[in-house]
Amino acid sequence: MIDIANTKINFLKSRIITFIFSSILVVLSFGAFFVSGLNFGIDFKGGTLIEIETENEIEIAGLRDNLNTLSLGDVQVQEFGSKNNLLIRVEQQSGGDQIQQNVVEIVKNSLDSYLSSEVNFRRTEVVGPKVSGELIQSGAIAILAAVFAMLIYIWFRFEWQFSLGAVVALIHDVILTIGVFSITQLEFNLPIIAAILTIVGYSMNDTVVVYDRVRENLRKHRSKNIIDLLNLSINETLSRTIVTSVTTLLALLSLFIFGGEVIKGFTFAMIWGVVVGTYSSIFVAAPLLNYLDVKREWNTTSAVDSTR
Amino acid sequence: MIYFSNTKILSILLVIFIALMFAVPNFFTKDQLNSFPSFIPKQQVNLGLDLQGGSHLLLEVDTVEIIKERLENLNSDVRRVLKKNNIQYSNFKNTEDNLKFVVEEFPAEIQKEILEISVSNSQNILQMGDQTNLVITRDDNQVSISFTDEFIKLAVSNAVAQSLEIVRRRIDELGTREPSIQRQGSSRIIIQLPGIDDPDRIKALLGQTAKLTFQLVDTSTNYDPLNPKKAPVGSEILSSDTDDSFKYIVKKRVMVGGENLVDAQPGFDPQTNEPIVSFRFDRLGASKFGRVTQQNVGKPFAIILDDTVISAPVIREAILGGSGQISGGFDSEEANDLAILLRAGALPAPLIILEERSVGPDLGADSIEAGQYAAIIGFVAVIIFMMFVYRYFGFLADIALIINLFMVLGILSLFQATLTLPGIAGIILTIGMAVDANVLIFERIKEEIRSGSKMINAVGNGYKRALSTILDANITTLIAAVILFFMASGPVRGFSITLAIGIFTSVFTAFTFTRLLISIYAKSLKPSLVGMKIND
Repeated sequence: MIDIANTKINFLKSRIITFIFSSILVVLSFGAFFVSGLNFGIDFKGGTLIEIETENEIEIAGLRDNLNTLSLGDVQVQEFGSKNNLLIRVEQQSGGDQIQQNVVEIVKNSLDSYLSSEVNFRRTEVVGPKVSGELIQSGAIAILAAVFAMLIYIWFRFEWQFSLGAVVALIHDVILTIGVFSITQLEFNLPIIAAILTIVGYSMNDTVVVYDRVRENLRKHRSKNIIDLLNLSINETLSRTIVTSVTTLLALLSLFIFGGEVIKGFTFAMIWGVVVGTYSSIFVAAPLLNYLDVKREWNTTSAVDSTR
Repeated sequence: MIYFSNTKILSILLVIFIALMFAVPNFFTKDQLNSFPSFIPKQQVNLGLDLQGGSHLLLEVDTVEIIKERLENLNSDVRRVLKKNNIQYSNFKNTEDNLKFVVEEFPAEIQKEILEISVSNSQNILQMGDQTNLVITRDDNQVSISFTDEFIKLAVSNAVAQSLEIVRRRIDELGTREPSIQRQGSSRIIIQLPGIDDPDRIKALLGQTAKLTFQLVDTSTNYDPLNPKKAPVGSEILSSDTDDSFKYIVKKRVMVGGENLVDAQPGFDPQTNEPIVSFRFDRLGASKFGRVTQQNVGKPFAIILDDTVISAPVIREAILGGSGQISGGFDSEEANDLAILLRAGALPAPLIILEERSVGPDLGADSIEAGQYAAIIGFVAVIIFMMFVYRYFGFLADIALIINLFMVLGILSLFQATLTLPGIAGIILTIGMAVDANVLIFERIKEEIRSGSKMINAVGNGYKRALSTILDANITTLIAAVILFFMASGPVRGFSITLAIGIFTSVFTAFTFTRLLISIYAKSLKPSLVGMKIND
């Protein structure tokens, strides 16, 4: 049996260092975002995606050259999971929504004549400019709405200081996730937005558990200095933080390794988010309370209530 | 917190039992299920198109066309009124959303007459009553007439409803398995076609408005390729379906239209063995058709579909029986599709395909397999880890986790929610996160024991003190899931559903089932610390 309780780690001792560390990561993320941008998938950029499977291995470069002679603009071909599975991406054609429909037919005909073996079309997605524009907008709105909803909820349940600290940690997590997608140039599509929203929920969940303990200790130890009190709270919840992160990561890793190619990006985003979210609730959200002048005079009757 | 009345225990077990009953059908094939007694639920989880294979199409009714067409009709009405009343006008033109012309005088009676005509013409589509549907403004001599916003909204809404009906008829005619056709927003239609991974034929069927008209060919002149835009007044130039280089000049007046058709069937011409479509008119159509053919024997009569001439046979004799046939060099599938289109009726406006997502059955099956595999391995890993960390309590949490999974499946089946690939990911994520409530409680219990409480009190207090934390922590994730649900559509929406269900079931099991088990355990113990070794 593992017991991580009763640790007395001084998490806040190195708070300046971790703040600087986080700031560097945030700046790096911004840098990567503005320099290389996100590698938007067709959900947000529009265009056509076709996944094919063939009996024999296909020489990608040859196929790519062949498809690029179709004058459909840029055509990307990449391996998808195995050598017999290929993903073909065709950029959005100019000329409105109706035009995009021709691409699939042109590519299919070309594939049928170029490849000697039977081609199995596993997946076809065509997203026109109208829908991709809407998706990018609603994705951004959803993330902002989620962060805002958390801000309000924590404000309502705690105090504005907590709410501010939690949301700073949350924005930190979202920026770092967008940053890692800018750096790795992994495809950023609709499920990634879902992953970010889940990260928002998960990171908040972690932060709330620590904050809840901070609030309780604020009532219990009225004279304790705030740094010691924050350290105590983080240490008291550390065991739970680790166990929950590990179980979540175990499930996600299993999904990442065995869950198939289609949701790999989605799972990767969540694994990253769980790691970052756990880090931020300990090293960003909690230490921030030190600077936010939290209220010490909590209502005494309710304090008595919840401490037996 | 650790005492349960018998009714409470019974209701906890009953809820779990019902959820299990609804989960069970998912572990059997449809045939096995049919052999089960009737009291066992038979609904299985509804698989999304990404898992069972199928096609999703998002269409939009071209609303600009609707208004344009209405303005064109209005155009001729207004001109007629002006002419009838001997009003001189100039610069008459249609813009995208209004009519404009210049007049010297424009008396109020004339305005009233235009309004009346417009209202009576629109009555067939709308329940607007006698309410006016036009806005007439006059700036010096410049008059502009446009439709009111209410009218445009109503006309669009009407056209979308009509399109929906016609899309449904066309798809039903093809005999597609359980298609789902829904309206989305003000002018869009979502079509879900399970089992169809190559929707080319459906797209082709939906891509045509299928407006059929019979018009006389203008024989006064021939098409001049050097002057390709010039047609006599009252005639128009239309391309040919069979010959790209050839154009027809056709009189604009529609003699009979597709709305008068009652039936259309594919067949073969008995003489040439060529595929044809034979059709039958209703009474009005038959009498119109009879009259026209009678008066125009020896002249070519154009059969026009969506502004393209399919054929223009010469009328040999009057056709009075109200039925006829179209041959236009098509193959038998084309003949079949044309018959479907004619039977289903014309769309009020063109449909634009905004989005298509099709998944083949192989990929769907692979995704299910991979998802199951990942779920089992993740599940085993979490179970082992929990037992390792919390020993006996971990074992209890693991039982709760299994029940949890069954409950998620049961609720999905009960409400016939759609399970998608991201939805499976949501369930797997739930496996990892569902233990959180129990972890919070166990940690509290440990703390209580450490500070000297007896086991039985430690359990009670542990639950009491973990409650608000668990609620706060889960509400945040729930908020994220709800936002995702409203923002997303399709597969991603399935993720928010399983995530939300997982949150409810994990909090429910932690506070009922695990609590029950732990209470029984704690009460059975001497106040010792068995199963919870404390290091200090």
